[in-house]
Amino acid sequence: MHNKTIAELAKGLRSGEFSSVELTTAFLGRIKQHSSLNSYITVTEDLALQAAEAADARLAKGDAELLTGIPVAQKDIFCTAGVKTTCGSKILDNFIAPYNATVVDKFNNAGAVMLGKLNMDEFAMGSSNETSYYGVVRNPWDINTVPGGSSGGTAAAVAARLAVCATGTDTGGSIRQPAALCGITGLKPTYGRVSRYGMIAYASSLDQGGPMTRSAEDAAIMLQTMAGFDEKDSTSVDLPVPDYRAGLSNSLEGLKIGLPKEFFGEGLNSDVAIALEAAINEYRKLGAQVTEISMPTLKLAIPAYYVIAPAECSANLSRFDGVRFGYRCENPADLTDLYTRSRGEGFGKEVKRRILMGTYALSAGYYDAYYIKAQKIRRLISEDFKRALSEVDVIMGPVTPSTAFGIGEKIGNPIEMYLSDIYTIAINLAGVPAMSVPAGFANGMPVGLQIIGNYFSEDRLLNIAHQYQQVTDWHQQAPKGFE
Amino acid sequence: MSLTADDVKKIAHLARLGIEEQDVASYAKDLSGMLDLMTRMSDLDTDGVEPMAHPMDQVQRLRADVVTEQDNREKFQAIAPQVEAGLYLVPKVIE
Repeated sequence: MHNKTIAELAKGLRSGEFSSVELTTAFLGRIKQHSSLNSYITVTEDLALQAAEAADARLAKGDAELLTGIPVAQKDIFCTAGVKTTCGSKILDNFIAPYNATVVDKFNNAGAVMLGKLNMDEFAMGSSNETSYYGVVRNPWDINTVPGGSSGGTAAAVAARLAVCATGTDTGGSIRQPAALCGITGLKPTYGRVSRYGMIAYASSLDQGGPMTRSAEDAAIMLQTMAGFDEKDSTSVDLPVPDYRAGLSNSLEGLKIGLPKEFFGEGLNSDVAIALEAAINEYRKLGAQVTEISMPTLKLAIPAYYVIAPAECSANLSRFDGVRFGYRCENPADLTDLYTRSRGEGFGKEVKRRILMGTYALSAGYYDAYYIKAQKIRRLISEDFKRALSEVDVIMGPVTPSTAFGIGEKIGNPIEMYLSDIYTIAINLAGVPAMSVPAGFANGMPVGLQIIGNYFSEDRLLNIAHQYQQVTDWHQQAPKGFE
Repeated sequence: MSLTADDVKKIAHLARLGIEEQDVASYAKDLSGMLDLMTRMSDLDTDGVEPMAHPMDQVQRLRADVVTEQDNREKFQAIAPQVEAGLYLVPKVIE
């Protein structure tokens, strides 16, 4: 059952082959069996079984949706009413969210069954899931390597079949990079496509939630539920949501693919490059025309991002003050001591590093040199994307410079860790949508192909990914021991 | 560009963020490394470029001035570290 797609499971639930309670029980069993991956922070067994019973009743009545009765999981960044929501941090270790994120409400309304909350880098700051207060997540393809981050728990759980599909969030690559390293499909939608209400904020002008699944078709089904205008999110975009499955079968004849030469130069592992070349050849066979393009501002994405994201983070995380919710230090001497120690004891090192960086970049005398300069570069990067996407339909390239790295390998060197997001960060600055699609293996570890499209072209990206998945079976391969 | 231990302590104070004395040197080193990375931004001439704060260049939506939220005080205060009589308690601020 655990290898089936959402559409196959929906069919099985309707034909009576199995019930949602049976399906849910099977997944809960797998979660227990593979708890050493550490992909879940909280497993909501009782709530899941209740939701499964309700889903079975709804299926019996015949008013079910595609996700009704399907076991899913939420990244622990999404607030879940009555259920612990930690964001991977000690400062929220005792936080029971008083309300649901809009995304969570949407899954509940669709009748999906939530299995639990998934591990992640603390406040989504990290590329390896090693900054989580709840410990590192292991990559099911090789348990000595990282699953990527920040949605590392999601990627590991979906790859190991510990949930049918699950949510992620992406501020600088946090859906695409772990999806690539764990061999699954991940989609970062256009900024504003999915509501951020109840999704704990890291860098508000970059954060975007999206689906992480085993196939493009599953991602289309999930995005259908997640996307849409939400008046509770002031940056939500009020545009109609297309039928994401309707165009999956469209032909790719004449598709114009651009390969930025800046993506294929120095720094890209040669085995990854070989896998990507083979994937692009598949697209040629599917009728696509491939041309080299140039996006000269891409090299400035990392410096601009590491000004803008920490600046927004330092403002957003000021709400964790030990007064209204979350961790409070013991015996504060005075109000300043309460703030300083609650935050000092509650946040981990990477979060502190980014708060310090952001505070510095926003402080008097440095604001123009760093923050305004970075925002100007952001505009130039975004114009580079607009220009490129007026010449080609989509941009393709790597997601990561290499396959999954070892646990402990980069955590001591934050700058090196930041550089591993070199191919994903510019996309968030521009706000365009992008996917990571399994594109083979290098030395036994998964490689992801990145597909970047124009604003609100998620339907086209899903079509392009789906067509590739019709002629390849990389996305169907399971890590050994998790088949 | 490099930051000193004193710079780091000053920034930490601005952020009301406790950091361990033994970690100050490593924060100074890491932040200096980040600042080095950022000096690359000056390679690009950005004169006359409008800063971009939001991918869609959106403006804030307006809405009718009507009540949309219910009173959730009890629910919200149930998860607070210390409350009394509907108030959040903190150490004494005014002598």
